[in-house]
Amino acid sequence: MDTLFNFLYASIIASTPLLFGTVGEILSEKVGNMNLGVEGMMWLGAFAGFYAAYKTESFLISLLASFGLAAVGALIYAFLTVTLKANQNVTGLTLTTFGIGLSLVFGKAMITAAGGAPKTSDVFNAKVAAINIPVLSDIPYIGKIIFGLNPYVYIAVAIAIILYVYLMKTKMGLNLRAIGENPAAADASGINVNLMKYINIIIGGGISLVMVNGSWQDSGVVNGYGWIAVALVIFSSWNPAKAILGSLIFGMFSSLRYYVPSDIIVIPTAFYQMLPFVVTTIVLIVTSIKKNKENTQPAACGINYFREER
Amino acid sequence: MSNGSKVSTGREPLIRIVKREYNNKLIPGLIRAGALILSIIAGGLFIWAMGFNPFEAYKSIIRGALVGSARDPMSSIRSTIDIFVPLCVTALGLSCAFKMKFWNIGGEGQIIMGGVFATFFALNYPQIPRPLMLLIMLIAGAVGGALMALIPALFKVKFGTNETLFTLMLNYIAIYIVKYLIAGPWQRTPGFASIGKLDKNTYLYEINRQNIGWIAVIIVVLFVYFYLYKTKSGYEVSVVGESQATARYAGMNIRKIIIKTMLISGAICGIVGMIKVSSNHTLTEGIGGGVGFAAITVAWLSQLNPFIIPIVSAIISILQKGSTVMQMNMGISSYAADVLQGIILFCFLGSEFFVRYSLVFNLRIKEAK
Amino acid sequence: MARHHRAISLERGKVLTNTTYAIELKNICKNFGSVAANKNVSLNVKYGEILALLGENGSGKTTLMNMLSGIYHPDSGEIWIDGKHTVINSPKDSFKLKIGMIHQHFKLVDVFTAAENIIMGTEGFVGSSKKAAEKIKEIADGFGFSIDPNKKVYDMSVGEKQTVEIIKVLYRGARILILDEPTAVLTPQETEKLFKVLDNMRKDGCAIIIITHKLNEVMAISDRVTVLRKGETVATVDTKTTDIRKLTELMVGRPVELKIDRPETERSAEPMFFVKDLCVRNEEDVFALKNVSFELYGGEILGVAGVAGSGQRELCETIAGLMQAESGEITYKGENILHKSPAEIIDLGISMSFIPEDRLGMGLVASMDIADNMLLKSYKKSKGLVINRKPSRELAEKLVKRLEIVTPSIKTPVSRLSGGNVQKVLIGREIESNPNILITAYPVRGLDINSSFTIYNLLNEQKAKGVAVLYIGEDLDVILELCDRVMVLCHGEVMGIVDPRKVTKEDIGLMMLGNKLEKEGGAENE
Repeated sequence: MDTLFNFLYASIIASTPLLFGTVGEILSEKVGNMNLGVEGMMWLGAFAGFYAAYKTESFLISLLASFGLAAVGALIYAFLTVTLKANQNVTGLTLTTFGIGLSLVFGKAMITAAGGAPKTSDVFNAKVAAINIPVLSDIPYIGKIIFGLNPYVYIAVAIAIILYVYLMKTKMGLNLRAIGENPAAADASGINVNLMKYINIIIGGGISLVMVNGSWQDSGVVNGYGWIAVALVIFSSWNPAKAILGSLIFGMFSSLRYYVPSDIIVIPTAFYQMLPFVVTTIVLIVTSIKKNKENTQPAACGINYFREER
Repeated sequence: MSNGSKVSTGREPLIRIVKREYNNKLIPGLIRAGALILSIIAGGLFIWAMGFNPFEAYKSIIRGALVGSARDPMSSIRSTIDIFVPLCVTALGLSCAFKMKFWNIGGEGQIIMGGVFATFFALNYPQIPRPLMLLIMLIAGAVGGALMALIPALFKVKFGTNETLFTLMLNYIAIYIVKYLIAGPWQRTPGFASIGKLDKNTYLYEINRQNIGWIAVIIVVLFVYFYLYKTKSGYEVSVVGESQATARYAGMNIRKIIIKTMLISGAICGIVGMIKVSSNHTLTEGIGGGVGFAAITVAWLSQLNPFIIPIVSAIISILQKGSTVMQMNMGISSYAADVLQGIILFCFLGSEFFVRYSLVFNLRIKEAK
Repeated sequence: MARHHRAISLERGKVLTNTTYAIELKNICKNFGSVAANKNVSLNVKYGEILALLGENGSGKTTLMNMLSGIYHPDSGEIWIDGKHTVINSPKDSFKLKIGMIHQHFKLVDVFTAAENIIMGTEGFVGSSKKAAEKIKEIADGFGFSIDPNKKVYDMSVGEKQTVEIIKVLYRGARILILDEPTAVLTPQETEKLFKVLDNMRKDGCAIIIITHKLNEVMAISDRVTVLRKGETVATVDTKTTDIRKLTELMVGRPVELKIDRPETERSAEPMFFVKDLCVRNEEDVFALKNVSFELYGGEILGVAGVAGSGQRELCETIAGLMQAESGEITYKGENILHKSPAEIIDLGISMSFIPEDRLGMGLVASMDIADNMLLKSYKKSKGLVINRKPSRELAEKLVKRLEIVTPSIKTPVSRLSGGNVQKVLIGREIESNPNILITAYPVRGLDINSSFTIYNLLNEQKAKGVAVLYIGEDLDVILELCDRVMVLCHGEVMGIVDPRKVTKEDIGLMMLGNKLEKEGGAENE
């Protein structure tokens, strides 16, 4: 029983970075722009967040910095695809290369300046550690899972819920969904297509925050989360609320390796690492077999809109 | 019955976007040249911002890619060619699929599996004479890549599964398969996850110490040109890429066309894998090396033109090789190459806009072209 | 001639006129690249009046109206709304000016409901609200529409979608309405309903511009007519003082025979082509064709009349092998061709050309030039791997000359050709393949009179050669004059196959709405 709940706890922790990336990308795709640069934006956010944490010890500033630099990446993407009508896939992939490269260049400079691998201070680490609410956190099993998580988890879930409400219940959400489905119709209705795209792409990109956890490695702290997020968007049917569950499931996959007793079953590490991608592939196949008008990619996602197109 | 509402009664918009109508082939060339210059300047600014002299940096890159040591003047060029060949051939392979609007993002995985299949024979048959072994590896590589491409093609054709995401996922699956093989059944160096050096019968032939991989470039360029522009299959690919409805109306067998073209695309990428294994004399986790992804942008930058792909590949190869030398000589992180590459690409992506559209300035002057 | 006037009659009520024009366009010019869509166009509309904007295909009607709705910007010229010079930069500006445009191609989001489509882009923070629903109901009831606000657009019929579009602009308080070919998809009876609504709006003081090329509608509903030709204003006349002949002359610039030739030819003794009890489900899993049966003889033109969505497209696609039938038979030369592939059907000499609304649809490859488009069905003929481009280039040149296709060169991508020329390329290619059976759907869709007649003559030539021609069209007048027999489809069923010489346009209109023919005289004995 202990193991099960520890597994659940670890899964939740593992799911959090995925949730950030997924929910941000959902926003971008819902407004019609598939941004394959999620990985790059996460790297940028990771660096900025870490650097801010390292230098200022402030959790808030770290979050804002992470959001900020990732958003800058998204801004480049938005400018190229919305105003200059560039091919979305190629632009996104370029952003990934660029973002990773820039992040590592900055990282290296930071390591050189620090004279070695920098670490965040204990003051900061305390701020992002698991919280402890008296009484609630002490409830056996459930207490830790609901009330004993680190702040990032709560922020991620909160963002997901807010985005769900924004997307499905507000007028702005309706408008942006219209853009993703049929930008010509949205335009004819008086919606400012370009402005909405910019806003939502940038916010979506910025949300690709990454948790800061202690030290910065040259090989990076992101490890392909961005690509998994792209997959998770599909898995969650472009629904931020479903993304919470989806990322939890993926979090379980990556934690599974540590909870399967290795004396009973010997499974090579590589297979565990492969699991999220295999499962996503299966989900891809399954969802394409069962065609559903409501849960598919927005109809105009990937296509750039130009009003005067003849 | 009047309106009386407040409406912008003022200015016409200052700048408007109008689709270009021209048959002048010169203008796109000028615009792209402009993009290149802009990217060099922007890259230079970036280097300067990092605290280095941009002129030195660029010089270092070009020298690093082309000029070798006193003892061995060709050594740098050889390394550059080693980057150039896989990049160019992969881009050519991807362009076949892209022409059909089939977004084969799985070049990386196809290269890897090509290498894996080739390695299988390389490991287990040391007694086969070299020319035959190379031929077998070549075919194995092609088959490996083709199979890797066949899977997403089949699902796309049967169920409409999104190929961008499917091929993307397969890349990672391929990477982990290689990881598993090297650390597991194919491990030959105890304690290290490595298969060690392959036997001599698997080495590519060399001319002047340069392996003959570049022959593949020539062959594949001609093949792709012929296939896409001169054959019936190529015509079919263009039609399918334009509109599947039209292709069906014309009686084309779209499924067959997609599968056939993807097999070719994958096979070409698989051959790259074989070339890498055979010239590096081993199989490592990094066999893909990101070539599959870089090739996507190369193919796109070249507008899928088989004669431009080698040119663009050459430029990127020089950049990549040169930057590793630059890191050694000047201490600039080699990741800066990725940043520079990103800048070049952003500039070109942006410039495409000016190629396709012209801006009309409302200064009561004629159209600005 | 009589039947042109008879179809729709409305009372023209007395309306108040206002001296300030609701809309005034002064010398508007608009170019798309090197094509001049509008050249010094001037027109005006008063409140409480309906202006018909009449013009051939490519005369610039839609472009002009798109400038009023903020989608395009004029290159030069002025727009005056309510006596004030204004600039319309975007659809939002247009709404503020209380202009509402009902597009020919609906701009609706499929996965949204009617209500969501109506309120998107409007003020307010909340996605959907009771107030909005009430307002929608009020508008609908006020003018006589029926609408289910919670119905998803992908579940709607064409008429319902148009209703949503109209309510959309009324919801935003439009006082100036612009309708672009609104009756293209309506039956005569639905058209009459729409015109009643428009009349109500006119009485209410709205200014209405209706774009059309249906002369009888112009005569029936409008107060004034502005005629456009080749992008320029030719004339503005009071409807009362003109007639169809005069309007046609204004539109084309010289007198044109309104009568279409219908040469008497010997049709083949036996039918070439049988369709028996054909049942076809479409993509939405609804029966698009129900027990359709008919025969096609060589040397005749069989017309198919029906409101859009009655199964015409499915009929074409099934015969061409692009769609699966649920049951039934299609027999050609004694063989059941129902389960053959498109390639096999092409080889049998059955040619199908379907002009969808966006014209480029499936028959042509937009980015290729005319020559390469000629290859589309014949590229397999050359031996070996390589394509032989010479014959297709020669064919392209021949067609350009013969059909007077307007194009800078045969190397121009067909996407750059204007609508009518695109259709000429398509029909030209189909006819060149010497088919035995020629199925053509909407070949003159949106074409000007001259081009249309070129097409009719081509079809008559084929008829004379003994080809069996199946002509699916939207203009009943044309069908009645051109075709030897007419089959009427409604909701996928054959309502009757009649002799056009013996029935009236109303009879066909009624059949199109689902009433079987009662008179004995018109029905064909099978």
